[in-house]
Amino acid sequence: MPSNLPRFSARLRLLPLLAALPLLSGCGLIVLDPAGDIARQQGDLIVLSTVLMLLIIVPVMGLTIFFAWKYRASNKEATYKPDWDHSTQLELVIWSAPLLIIICLGAVTWVATHLLDPYRPLARTGPGQPVAAEVQPLDVQVVALDWKWLFIYPEQGVATVNELALPVNRPVRFRISSSSVMNSFYVPALAGQIYAMPGMETKLHGVFDKTGEYEGFSANYSGWGFSNMRFAVKSLPAGEFDKWVATTKASAEGDLSRNVYLELEKPTHKEPVRRFAASDPQLFDAVVNMCVEPGKMCMHDMMSVDAAGGAGIAGIGNVRQVTYDKFAARGTVDVARWSMRYVAAYCSAPVMSNDRPDAKPVAPEKLKGEGLPHPSKPERTALRAPAAAERPLS
Amino acid sequence: MTIPHPAPETGPILGKLSMEALPLHEPILVVTFIGVVLGGIAVLGLITKYRLWGYLWKEWFTTVDHKRIGIMYMILGLIMFLRGFADAIMMRLQQAMAFGGSEGYLTPHHYDQVFTAHGVIMIFFVAMPFITGIMNYIVPLQIGARDVSFPFLNNFSFWMTTSGAVLTMISLFVGEYAQTGWLAYPPLSGIAYSPNVGVDYYIWGLQIAGVGTTLSGINLIVTILKLRAPGMGLMKMPVFTWTSLCSNILIVASFPILTATLVLLSLDRYVGTNFFTNDLGGSPMMYVNLIWIWGHPEVYILVLPLFGVFSEVTSTFSGKRLFGYTSMVYATVCITILSYIVWLHHFFTMGSGASVNSFFGITTMVISIPTGAKLFNWLFTMYRGRIRFELPMMWTVAFMLTFVIGGMTGVLLAVPPADFVLHNSLFLIAHFHNVIIGGVLFGLFAAINYWWPKAFGFKLDVFWGKISFWCWVVGFWVAFTPLYILGLMGVTRRMRVFDDPSLQIWFVIAGVGAAIIAAGIGAMLVQFAVSIWRRKELREESGDPWDGRTLEWATSSPPPDYNFAFTPVIHDLDAWYDMKKRGHQRPVDGYRDIHMPSNTGAGMILSGICLVMGFALVWHIWWLVAASFVAVIAAAIIHTFNYKRDFDIPAATVTAVEEARTRQLAAGA
Repeated sequence: MPSNLPRFSARLRLLPLLAALPLLSGCGLIVLDPAGDIARQQGDLIVLSTVLMLLIIVPVMGLTIFFAWKYRASNKEATYKPDWDHSTQLELVIWSAPLLIIICLGAVTWVATHLLDPYRPLARTGPGQPVAAEVQPLDVQVVALDWKWLFIYPEQGVATVNELALPVNRPVRFRISSSSVMNSFYVPALAGQIYAMPGMETKLHGVFDKTGEYEGFSANYSGWGFSNMRFAVKSLPAGEFDKWVATTKASAEGDLSRNVYLELEKPTHKEPVRRFAASDPQLFDAVVNMCVEPGKMCMHDMMSVDAAGGAGIAGIGNVRQVTYDKFAARGTVDVARWSMRYVAAYCSAPVMSNDRPDAKPVAPEKLKGEGLPHPSKPERTALRAPAAAERPLS
Repeated sequence: MTIPHPAPETGPILGKLSMEALPLHEPILVVTFIGVVLGGIAVLGLITKYRLWGYLWKEWFTTVDHKRIGIMYMILGLIMFLRGFADAIMMRLQQAMAFGGSEGYLTPHHYDQVFTAHGVIMIFFVAMPFITGIMNYIVPLQIGARDVSFPFLNNFSFWMTTSGAVLTMISLFVGEYAQTGWLAYPPLSGIAYSPNVGVDYYIWGLQIAGVGTTLSGINLIVTILKLRAPGMGLMKMPVFTWTSLCSNILIVASFPILTATLVLLSLDRYVGTNFFTNDLGGSPMMYVNLIWIWGHPEVYILVLPLFGVFSEVTSTFSGKRLFGYTSMVYATVCITILSYIVWLHHFFTMGSGASVNSFFGITTMVISIPTGAKLFNWLFTMYRGRIRFELPMMWTVAFMLTFVIGGMTGVLLAVPPADFVLHNSLFLIAHFHNVIIGGVLFGLFAAINYWWPKAFGFKLDVFWGKISFWCWVVGFWVAFTPLYILGLMGVTRRMRVFDDPSLQIWFVIAGVGAAIIAAGIGAMLVQFAVSIWRRKELREESGDPWDGRTLEWATSSPPPDYNFAFTPVIHDLDAWYDMKKRGHQRPVDGYRDIHMPSNTGAGMILSGICLVMGFALVWHIWWLVAASFVAVIAAAIIHTFNYKRDFDIPAATVTAVEEARTRQLAAGA
C-alpha cells in the first residue's frame, strides 16, 4: 500500500489545522495562512511542531495541576512518602520521553531545513504543481536603504522604491543586499525572511500562489526611520504583471543611474512609491561590492589584489578607496584627485566571494513522507532497493 | 520631525560634553529629572536627619559580609527593576497609541533609547544583580561557610556592578543612551551610524559592570569548591549550590567573550579599527556571532540558579526529598555544556547553510531534554508529598505551568524554517519574556519569599504577597498572549508606529496586562512595607520557619556575622533535615575566637574612580581619563598596603551571641 503513509500524514496534518481554525477566522494570522507555497509550508511546520510538543506539554501541565491538588497538605488521605526520591523506571521515562519527541522533531527539522532552505530554487509552485525545467525564476534584486526598499527587475529593466509587484505562480529569486546597516527582508505572505547586509548578498526563493495585496517590511531594527520601512507587495496575474511593468516604465521618473542611486541612498523616511527605468545591469553588483560611488574600488577587486599577494606598501593608498561608511567618508572622495593616483579597478570577474551556489531544487513533499517508499514494503531492504531511476523525487 | 544630525564637536576640556547634552527639550525627561532630584534630596535629607551616614558607611558600604552584600545586590536590582519597568510601560503605551497616522508620544530618538535601555537594564542590572544577590547570600550558608573565599573582592564586585548601573542611569539626563537594541549590532552601533555618545554609555556601562560580574563569578566558584563544610562532597551539595556553581562557571567562561567583543567595538569607535565596519574587511557578522556566544550562555546564567531555587522550594514545601537528585545534577551540567553550542539559533536568518542551521537547531532542541527531565523531577517531588501552598510554592507551581509554554515556543523557534517566519517578531518577544519572567522572575519571587525570613528574622506578609502573585501571573498572560498572536500576524519587534488599525486592540490588551503587572509590583512593594511595619507580629524566632532541609536553616535568622559558631559536619544530602531527624543538639559551650575579614572602603573608592573614568571615556574628556586611570592604579596599590584586613571575634562575644540565641530558642519552644 504505497499510499498509506501519505494518507496518514495528510490526516495528521489536518488535525492541528482543525484546532487552529477558530483562531484563523478571528484575525489575520498571516504566518499560518499565507499566500505562498514556501510560507505555507513554514506555517504548517509551526503547527506540526507545536502538536508534536503538546504531546508532552499537555500531560506535564495536567500532572502538575493534578499532583498539586491531590498532594495538598490538607488532603490526609493521600499517600505521603517523605523519603522516596528515586525510581530507575521513572527516571528512564522522564529522560526518554522528551528524548523521543526531540528525535522526531530533530528529524523533521533536518529535513525541513534543507528542503525549505531559502537558497534552494523551487521545484514546485504549490502541492502537485511542479515547475517545468524550462521555467526560469523571476529575478528581483533587493537593496535595503535608509529607510526604504529598492527593488530592481533586471529582466524587465525597471526599478521601484517601496513597491514590489510579482506575477503569481512564477518562482521568484531575490538577491538581497543593503547599503548601510543590517535589515531583514520579510514578506510574511510569501516566504520567510532573510537578513539584508551591507557588502554581502543573501538569497531567497519564493512564489505566490494567490493574487492579492500584501505587506512587506524590514524585520530587523535599523535605526531612526525603521518603523516606516514598509512596502506594498502585489501578487498579480501574469498579464497584469506585464501591464504593471509597462506602466512602471511609462511613469518612470528617470533612469536609475549610479548618481540617482547615490541620491536615493541618502537617509529619508516615509518615502512614497517611486518608479525608475533600470538600464545599468551592474548596479546591484556594484552595491554589493560597495563601489557605486565613482572612484571607489570594488570589494572583489580589492580581494583579487589581496589574493594575488597584495600591492605592498604602495597598496596602503588604496585604503582610502574602500572607506565606505557614509557618515565618515561618503561623498568625500574627490574623484579627479584620487582616481588618478590609485588603483580604482582591477580586471577581475565581479563574483561575490561570499556567495554560495544554489542547492538543487527538490520537491518538498518528502517533508511529510510523501513519495518515500513505505517502510514495510519488501523493496525497502538494502538487497532489493529499487534502481535509482525508479526512486521518485530523488 | 527631522532626521537627527550627527557628530558633536570635541573640545579639550569637556570633550564632547556641552549644554546641548542636557535633554532640556524633552519634557518627559525634564519632569523625570525633577522627580529624581526631589526624591534624591528627600532621601539624602532623611539620611542626614537621622544621622545614618556613619552607619551606612561602616555597616553597609564598606562591608565584606556576604549577607549584607547580597542584600545590597537585591536593593540595586529592585531599584533598577523599577527603571526597567518604567521603560516597559512607556513602550506599551507608545505601541497602544501609535495607530492610524498617530505618531504616539515618543520620537524615534527617544523610543529607540527606551527599548534599548529596557533590554540592557533588565538583563544586566536587574536579573544579574538579583541572582548574584541571592547566590551571595545563600551559597555560603548552604555550604556551612563563614563568608565567601575573597570577601574584599565581593565588595569590589558589587560596587563595580553598581558603577555600571549608575553610568547607565546618568545617560538618562546627560547625553543619550544607545539607539541600537540591547545587543548593539554593528554596523548600526559603529561610529559611522551612531556617532553620538549613546553606544559609548552602553559599552562602558557594561564593561565596568562586567568586571564586577566576572570577579563575583570567580569568587563564588572558589567558595563552592574550597569552603564546603567537612563531609559535603560534591554530590552532597544542595541543588541550589550546584546550579549556582554551574551558573558561575558559565559567567567566568562567557563574560570574557563579551568583554573582548565590546573592546573590539570600542576600538572601532575610538581609534578607527575595522573589526565590525562595512569597509576595509570588517565583518559585522563576526560581532553577531561573538555577542551570542556570550549571549546564549547568559540566559542559562540567569535561569540556572532559579532552577536551584525551585528544587529547594519544591522539596521543602512537599516535605520530601528531591526526586532524582543525581539526574538533576547531571541535567544541570548538561545544560551548562550544551549552552555553548547553540548560539547560532539567534540568527538562522543570516543565511548560513541548511546543514549549519539544522545543527544549531537540533542542539537547541537537545537542551530541552535535560530541562524537561528537571521539570519531571519537580513533578515527582510533589508526587506523594504533603504540599504546603505557601507563597514560594505558589510561585513554583506558577513557574511550572508558565515555563513549559515558554519552553515549547522556544523549541518551536529552534526549528529553522519556523524561525524564518517568526524571527524578530513579537512571537519571539513573547517567548523570551515567557521564559525570563516565568522562569527567572517567578523564581526570584519564590526565592525572596522563601529566604526573606532568614535574612531579616520575620516572614513576608501573605495577604499582599498573594495579591502580588495573582496580579503578576494574570498580568503576565494578559500582556504576552497578545504578543504571541501578533507575532503570528507577522508583526515585528521594535516598531514605533503601525499602519494596520486591526492590530491596535491587541496592543491595548497587552497594555492592560502591563498595568496588571504594575499592580503586582505595587502590591509587592506594599508587601515589603507592610511586613517591615508588622515585623514584630511576623517575627520568626526558630531560624527554620518552613521546616527546611538545607544548612542555611540551621542557624539563626538573621544569621550572626560568622554564620555558624561551629562548622557543621555533613552526613547526608539534606544536611539540616538529616540533623533534625537524628536529634541533633545545638552545642552550647566551648566557643572560640572566630577569625573574620575586616571592612574596607577600597572597593567603593576604586569603583567610584572607575565610574569617573567611564564617564570621561564616554565624553572623550581625555585628561580626566588619564587622571582617573592613574588614580585607580594608585588606589589599588595603596590598598595593598592596608594590613588591617582581618580581626578575631572574641570568644566572649560569640558566647554572648550564642547564649542569646539559646534563650530565644527556649522561649520559642
